[in-house]
Amino acid sequence: MPNPAPSRAISSAVRYLLLTAVSFAFLMPLVWMVSTSIKPESQAASGRVALLPDPVSSAPSQAAENYAQVWNDPAVQFPIYLRNTLVVAALSVIGMTLSSAMVAYGLSRVRWKGRGLILTLVLATMMIPFPVIMAPLYIVFRSIDRAMEGAGILPAAESLRMIGSLKPLWIPAWFGGAFNIFLLRQFYMGLPKELDEAARLDGMSHWGIFWRIILPLSRPALAVVALFHFIYVWNDFIGPLIFLTHRDTFTLALGLQLYQGQAGMTPWNLLMAASTLVVAPVLVLFMITQRTLVEGISSSGLKD
Amino acid sequence: MTSPRSNRRRRFRETLIGLAWTSPWLVGSALFVFLPMAMSLYYSFTDFPLIEPPIWTGTSNYARMGDDPTFLRVVHNTAIYAAFSIPLCTILGVSLAALLQGRVRFARFFRACIFIPTLVPLVAVAMVWMWLFNGEFGFINQALSRIGIKGPAWIVDASWVMPSMIIMSLWSVGQSVVIYTAAMQDVPRHLYEAARLDGMTAFQRFRHVTVPMISPAILFNVIVMTINAVQVFAVPYVMFRRPDGQNPAGHFYTMYLYENAFVYGQMGYACAMAWLQLLIILALTGAMFLASRKLVYYRGA
Repeated sequence: MPNPAPSRAISSAVRYLLLTAVSFAFLMPLVWMVSTSIKPESQAASGRVALLPDPVSSAPSQAAENYAQVWNDPAVQFPIYLRNTLVVAALSVIGMTLSSAMVAYGLSRVRWKGRGLILTLVLATMMIPFPVIMAPLYIVFRSIDRAMEGAGILPAAESLRMIGSLKPLWIPAWFGGAFNIFLLRQFYMGLPKELDEAARLDGMSHWGIFWRIILPLSRPALAVVALFHFIYVWNDFIGPLIFLTHRDTFTLALGLQLYQGQAGMTPWNLLMAASTLVVAPVLVLFMITQRTLVEGISSSGLKD
Repeated sequence: MTSPRSNRRRRFRETLIGLAWTSPWLVGSALFVFLPMAMSLYYSFTDFPLIEPPIWTGTSNYARMGDDPTFLRVVHNTAIYAAFSIPLCTILGVSLAALLQGRVRFARFFRACIFIPTLVPLVAVAMVWMWLFNGEFGFINQALSRIGIKGPAWIVDASWVMPSMIIMSLWSVGQSVVIYTAAMQDVPRHLYEAARLDGMTAFQRFRHVTVPMISPAILFNVIVMTINAVQVFAVPYVMFRRPDGQNPAGHFYTMYLYENAFVYGQMGYACAMAWLQLLIILALTGAMFLASRKLVYYRGA
């Protein structure tokens, strides 16, 4: 029998070599984004391939200059886009988590006849991609505006108008999301039945059980839902593109696209600084919540 | 003892409670999913320029598709994109998970590197890659020129648009790697030991033990990737729209659907495209489930 030790050492070396090369390839685009964002324009768009600007000591001041220029751009108002994104994210994450948990409770801890059917319907809607409903969804919100105009509410209370406001982006979140309902329902099915039976004997209502027993117990699952939905809102492009009409209501994703598409050319170093501003918060969030996120994805859709 | 009557009353009460708890989704899906779907089915048989009420035109929107060169092109582009990116992403994803399998030092770091790109917002993905692919000063062509290769004008040159799109899709393979990794961890160790005793090489063990055991995860990922590929929008929208019009090689199904609905004021045609898109997704998913009966191994099934 040949000695397996050398061949094992070689295969292990090849494995680490491959993994290092792959990691480099996957990180390189982001490294290059940050690197470009701290260079002066003349060095960003040049034949010079270097991570840091020349001279290296100019890096901090150049970075400060580029990021300040992006942040204070008069035509593209990133501070306002950040605020809008956070408003949509906060309102949708709260609504999504709470409503999905309620529906999941009704589909797992309440025993009733129609729940199998409703669960099937929930799963079926998971298959429907947003582009299929986006056009008529726009008309639904426009009809709400029209109805309010007809009732004399609208020109009077302009803040209630749907189209052009952030509302169409977060209101639907308050009615639960199919995937999140399914995820939480799986979690609730796994909780022991004795929990709520004992509470019922003590005279607790469904609301009390949900609020004081189920919700506290499902904190990890709720965190996964909240995290997924926050990332979804932060990334969403097509929703804001359809519903937002004025620049001062834009979200970051839409603002970034506006910044790129501006008349003339935005220089690459500033575009990369803007991209870094949009990417960085999600990456920081990932660093903090890595385990929750990875466990959430590995369990999605696979465990029955 | 409870009488049948009070029993029935209790069941009725419980149904009401169940309906109350699920009412957010019942109301929400009616308003924001089923109503729009029904509306779009109706609009798909009408001429509807949005500023005027819809006019019934029968199946003309569907009939028109076959004669619309732009429609045929976006179908073609989207199909080519899906046909290349899905198999390549699957091969890459399974291979990366296999590389990370077992006791690997720094596995967490490697996995994080592969996963991080999937978190990057799509508009930023488009932006970063536009810069990397820049024909003159982009990192990729600069690197290629160091080894004596003159890189193409990637996202400008029509024949390089599709390869660019496919390369970008490979960059976001990380989520599927996480799922494959989890599936591989569930493969019973004794199977590998038995395979080793049978004298199987590492590649044979991968081919005959790992791949069949994770086939449900592969099916799941392929279906998710198919649904995503058919609706690809944000990245090509940001990258390939030009002030002077669309780069035809970078025109995809959902982009054309969006333009019909919100730019050209052809809501009826857009809705017909949306319904066709849904049917295509259902057909592809159904076909995959059927094909998978022979190919996918379910433990205990």
